[in-house]
Amino acid sequence: MAQFLTFTKTVMKNLFSKPATTAYPAVPREYPERTRGHVEINIEECIMCGMCMRSCPPGAIEVKRAENTWTINRFDCVQCGYCVEKCPKKCLSIVPGYQEPGDAKFVDSVVKPVVEKPAEEAPKPAAEVKPAE
Amino acid sequence: MPKRSIVPFGPQHPVLPEPIHLDLVLEDEKVIEAIPSIGYVHRGLESLVTKKDFNEMVYVTERICGICSFMHGMGYSMAVEKIMNVEVPRRAEYLRTIWAEMSRIHSHLLWLGLLADAFGFESLFMQSWRLREKILDMFEISTGGRVIFSVNKIGGVLKDMPADMLNQFVSILNDMEKDLRATTKVFLEDYTVKSRLVGVGILTKEDAIRRGAVGPMMRASGIEVDMRKTGYAAYNDIDFELITSKECDSYGRCCVRIDEIFQSIEIIRQAVKKIPDTELSATVKGFPNGEAFVRLEQPRGEAFYYVRANGSKFLDRMRVRTPTFANLPALTQTLQGCQFADVPLLILTIDPCISCTER
Repeated sequence: MAQFLTFTKTVMKNLFSKPATTAYPAVPREYPERTRGHVEINIEECIMCGMCMRSCPPGAIEVKRAENTWTINRFDCVQCGYCVEKCPKKCLSIVPGYQEPGDAKFVDSVVKPVVEKPAEEAPKPAAEVKPAE
Repeated sequence: MPKRSIVPFGPQHPVLPEPIHLDLVLEDEKVIEAIPSIGYVHRGLESLVTKKDFNEMVYVTERICGICSFMHGMGYSMAVEKIMNVEVPRRAEYLRTIWAEMSRIHSHLLWLGLLADAFGFESLFMQSWRLREKILDMFEISTGGRVIFSVNKIGGVLKDMPADMLNQFVSILNDMEKDLRATTKVFLEDYTVKSRLVGVGILTKEDAIRRGAVGPMMRASGIEVDMRKTGYAAYNDIDFELITSKECDSYGRCCVRIDEIFQSIEIIRQAVKKIPDTELSATVKGFPNGEAFVRLEQPRGEAFYYVRANGSKFLDRMRVRTPTFANLPALTQTLQGCQFADVPLLILTIDPCISCTER
């Protein structure tokens, strides 16, 4: 008889225990800290060297030095993290949160804010401050 | 002589997660011969080595297969490290061993589930995959991915597992062991399961050698071959016995894989105890020049990596011989003389991974 009812214990246990699944999307999925969801950039630190663009295995990143833009095609990115490893300024990072599905492919573009050279900037405030006094 | 007919099997079939085609020559319900043909998921990943930087290729090789993805990346990295004479830090070797054994547990649990599904035991299939889910969660916590891990690099690994994470994993595995015993007991003792497995698809010891079977398929025919005993990564520090079975049938293959799950848990426990505190990766300078091959034990059997480099950042050639490819001749052997209704089950007992086979 024992060879016929081998699974009964598991069935009874499963019948009276909580389900193994969660009621997604009512209960949101919590991702661990290391989840490779998407690539993020801290654009202020970026030096537009293009290492990420050249190292990206699927070719999802485009860096345009002339226009000061860093562009990523989220639908091509495979979250391997090679750009993060290659970045000399360590301004790229992989954070949790997956790309949401969409009906068309689009790219995310970040423009680096233009910072005026400090050498020209320094005398100006000094000149402005004096007349105010 | 009874009339012979040819029945096509696959490439689309409910039992096959991946496409493989077999022409079955039947005499009534008995299979006389099986002629396999592959080539439905060929992606040409091997030729990408001439277009992608050798460091980038780690991420490509990982994507050969979704089940043994870690070991594909590891095998490729080991082959390039061998050419470049890089000494991988011990901690990285131990971490690779732990991840590799976790891959083995989840691959065997996946296989057990598919086997249960093949003989129509749906709830046992769900139960096996439910247990496998915990391993995938452990992968997500430690590497950030559930299927593709991206933790290997030439010269070591990218992510560390701190001591508290390792201890947490060991306690999860300890808790899991009890549930595993209850689930695997069904495979080993249940009357209906045994009636589908015992004596089906016999591959004798001689045939296994002649047909060049590998992995659990070979060990189930009583041959003691396991690449882990060659001592790559941290396996030379770890004490484990080879698991073989003298049954030579589908039941024997099931027993071997079940025992290997428990053995993998034991290997992880040992590795966590012995793991040294060193750096995670060695610095790699220059480009590889020369050729090397590496053999390692994947969940499905022995995999073989051959890499030839020419001193530039692109490699000349990479070749992967995967366990499923080596097991296909053994599969045609076991199919000869079996009943037509047993064909799906027998295809499953080699644990086919067609994506690996065709790359």
